[in-house]
Amino acid sequence: MYIYDDIDQRMVDERVAQFRDQTRRFLEGQLAEDDFRQLRLRNGLYIQRYAPMLRIAIPYGLLSSKQLRKLADIARKYDRGYGHFSTRQNLQLNWPKLADVPEILAELATVQMHAIQTSGSCVRNITTDQFAGIAQDEIVDSFVWCELIRQWSTFHPEFNYLPRKFKIAVNGAVADRAATFVHDIGLHAVKAGDEIGFKVIVGGGLGRTPIVGHVIRDFLPWRHLLTYLDAILRVYNRHGRRDNIHKARIKILVKDRGVDKFREEVDAEWAQLKDGPATVTPEEIRRIEGRFTRPAYEKLADIDYTSLKTPFTAWLRRNVHPHKVPGYAAVSISLKKTGVPPGDATSDQMERIAELADHYSFGELRVTHEQNLVFADVRQAELHGLWQELRALGLATPNIGLLTNIISCPGGDFCSLANAKSIPVAEAIQRRFDDLDYLHDIGELDLNISGCMNACGHHHVGHIGILGVDKNGEEWYQVEIGGNQGQTTISDRDGSGNRGLSPISASLGKVIGPSFARADVPNVIERLIETYLELRDSESERFVDVVHRAGVEPFKKHVYANLDQKPADRRTALAA
Amino acid sequence: MPTLIKNRQIAEQPSPPELVVQPDDDLEALAGRLPGLAVVAVCFPKYADGRGYSIGRLLRERYGYKGELRATGVVARDHLQALAQCGFDAFELREGEDAQAALESLDDFSEAYQSSTAQPVPLFRRRAGR
Repeated sequence: MYIYDDIDQRMVDERVAQFRDQTRRFLEGQLAEDDFRQLRLRNGLYIQRYAPMLRIAIPYGLLSSKQLRKLADIARKYDRGYGHFSTRQNLQLNWPKLADVPEILAELATVQMHAIQTSGSCVRNITTDQFAGIAQDEIVDSFVWCELIRQWSTFHPEFNYLPRKFKIAVNGAVADRAATFVHDIGLHAVKAGDEIGFKVIVGGGLGRTPIVGHVIRDFLPWRHLLTYLDAILRVYNRHGRRDNIHKARIKILVKDRGVDKFREEVDAEWAQLKDGPATVTPEEIRRIEGRFTRPAYEKLADIDYTSLKTPFTAWLRRNVHPHKVPGYAAVSISLKKTGVPPGDATSDQMERIAELADHYSFGELRVTHEQNLVFADVRQAELHGLWQELRALGLATPNIGLLTNIISCPGGDFCSLANAKSIPVAEAIQRRFDDLDYLHDIGELDLNISGCMNACGHHHVGHIGILGVDKNGEEWYQVEIGGNQGQTTISDRDGSGNRGLSPISASLGKVIGPSFARADVPNVIERLIETYLELRDSESERFVDVVHRAGVEPFKKHVYANLDQKPADRRTALAA
Repeated sequence: MPTLIKNRQIAEQPSPPELVVQPDDDLEALAGRLPGLAVVAVCFPKYADGRGYSIGRLLRERYGYKGELRATGVVARDHLQALAQCGFDAFELREGEDAQAALESLDDFSEAYQSSTAQPVPLFRRRAGR
C-alpha cells in the first residue's frame, strides 16, 4: 500500500468538506441540478435506475485489509450489505442515499480512500496489472508509476473539464495484463539498456466506437512522463470534440487528425513543457517507493504444489499464479460463482476476505479488471489451507481464465443506460457450462457481456463478446468473436507455470450475425464451443487462436444452422 | 451588473475587457496583440467547457501575458480555485452567485500536486525539501 503523508490526507479531507458543502447547497436548492451533476460525478456519484450509485476509487486496484473492512462496513451501514467490484478496479455501491454520501466519503477518508474522479469528464482511476510487483516478467513495479500519475491527475486544475472521460492504464511487465491498447492512454514500461521508459499508446477504447490504440512514442524516458501526459491532455482538452458526446473521446480526435498529425501536435506542445518543473525526479520515485509497504518475505524454496490431489488441483491450475519470490504464489479469489452477479461480494464475505488477507497475504489484496480479487503474496505451503477457507466461503470457484469467469457490467438490473440485462445472461451461461471437466477441456476463454454499447463489460475484447441491444423495446443480444484484450500470458494446462505470451495482440471482436433472444444465448455459446472443439489443432490452441486462424465463417455457419436442433444431433451433423 | 472578483476582492465596477478570447480562437494569431493590453477575458460558454483553463495557462506561461486575466461566461463559485491555478486573477461571476462564498472557495484546497501557473513548482519538488 502507498501510505498517505499529511498532505495527501489533507487533500482528501478538504475534498470531503467541499463536497459536503456542495451537497448541502444542492439539497437547499442553491445549486442547480445540472451544475451539481458535474460536481457529484467528480465524486463518484451517479443517479441510476433505482437509486444513486456511488463508485469508490480503489487506486490501481490495491487495497489493505483495513480498507476492505471499511468498505464492508459502509456497504452494510449505508447500502444493502454488498458491493460490486468493477472492470475499472473500483467498488460500486448501488443503493446509497444522496444525503448520506458526504458522510460515506468522510468515512472513506479515515482509511485513506475516496471517490475522487471516478466519474465525469476527467482523468479516472489509473488501472494496472493485478500482478504488479510480484510478476516473474516484471520490468518495473507499475504501482509506483500509477501513484505518481494518481497524484498528477488528482484535481489537475487544467484537466477537470475535458471533452469526455479519460482512462489511463499502466503495465509494468512483459505481458500486457492491463489492456493498454484499449485505453485513452496506455503506458507500457520498456527498458532500453539500463534506462526505464514507457511505450505510449493513445486513442484506444471500447464504447460505441471501439478502436485499438496507436503507439505514438516507442520510448519515453521516465523523467518525461508527466510533461508528456500534460502535452497529450492539453491537445485533447483544446481540440477534442465537445459538440457530440459520442465523438468526444480522444480516440476520435486521433482518428480525425491522423496518428502522425496528432503526434506532431503533441510533440510541439511537449517541446514547450519538456525539462520544465514537472519533470519527474529520482527523489520523487524513491519517495513514492518508500511510502509503499512491502511484504517481509521469508527465505523459502519453491515446492511442487501442482502434484497435489483433486478437487484442489483444478483450483491450483486455474487460480494460483507464479510469483517472483521463491516459495510464494499469487491466488485469484473468484467472484464468479454461478448464481452470483459477476464481481459482487457481500459485506460478510469482504470481512472474511480481510481476515484471510491478514493471515495469508500480509494484509493486502488487489482488485482485478476481470472483477476478481487477488492475494498476491501467499506462501505455497499454505495454499491448501487457504483453499479450504475460500471454499467454505464460496470463493474458490476454479474458473480463472475460463468461460465462466465472465466479465459483466451490472446491466439493466441496475444501470439506467443499459438496453438489456446482463447478469441473468451470465448466469444462464454459467449454468449451461457447469461441468468443470468440460470447462477445463475448453481451456482459456474470455467471455464478456455488456448491457449496452457503452461497453462497460468490455465485450469488444472478449474472445466471445455479448452485447445487449434494444429491438422495438425487447432485449436482444449480439454476439462477437475473436476479440482479445492484449498480449497476456497463457498459463499451462497443468498449472505448472506460464507457457508464454499470447500470439495474438489486442484486437476487436467481429459480429457473427443477427442478434438472438435471451433464451437462445446459452445455445449460441454452446455451438461456438462445439465449432471450436471441432476445429482446434490441439488443446493448446485456444478458442481465440482458432477464430484468428479459421475466421468467423465456420462459427457463423454452425451457429445459425437450425438453431432449434438438439446438441446430440448437431454433433453428428458436424462430424459428418 | 455582474459581480467581479479581482485580486481576491469583490470589485464593484469592472472595466470592460480589451480582448475576449473564445475557446476556439487561434492563440498564436492573437499573441501579437497581447503586449500593452491591461484586461483580457477568456469566455467559458458552458459550465463544463474546460478549454479556457488551457487557454489561461497558455496566455500566461507561453505568451507571457501579464495584465488582468478575467474568466467570463458561465463562471461559478466551484470553478474559481482551478481557474486561479491556471493564471486567472479576475472572475466575472454569473448571475446569482454568492460573491463572498465564491471568494472563500479560493481556499477550498490548501495544496495542489501539479505544476500550474500559480505554482509552477509541483508538490513533489517542494516535498523533497521537507
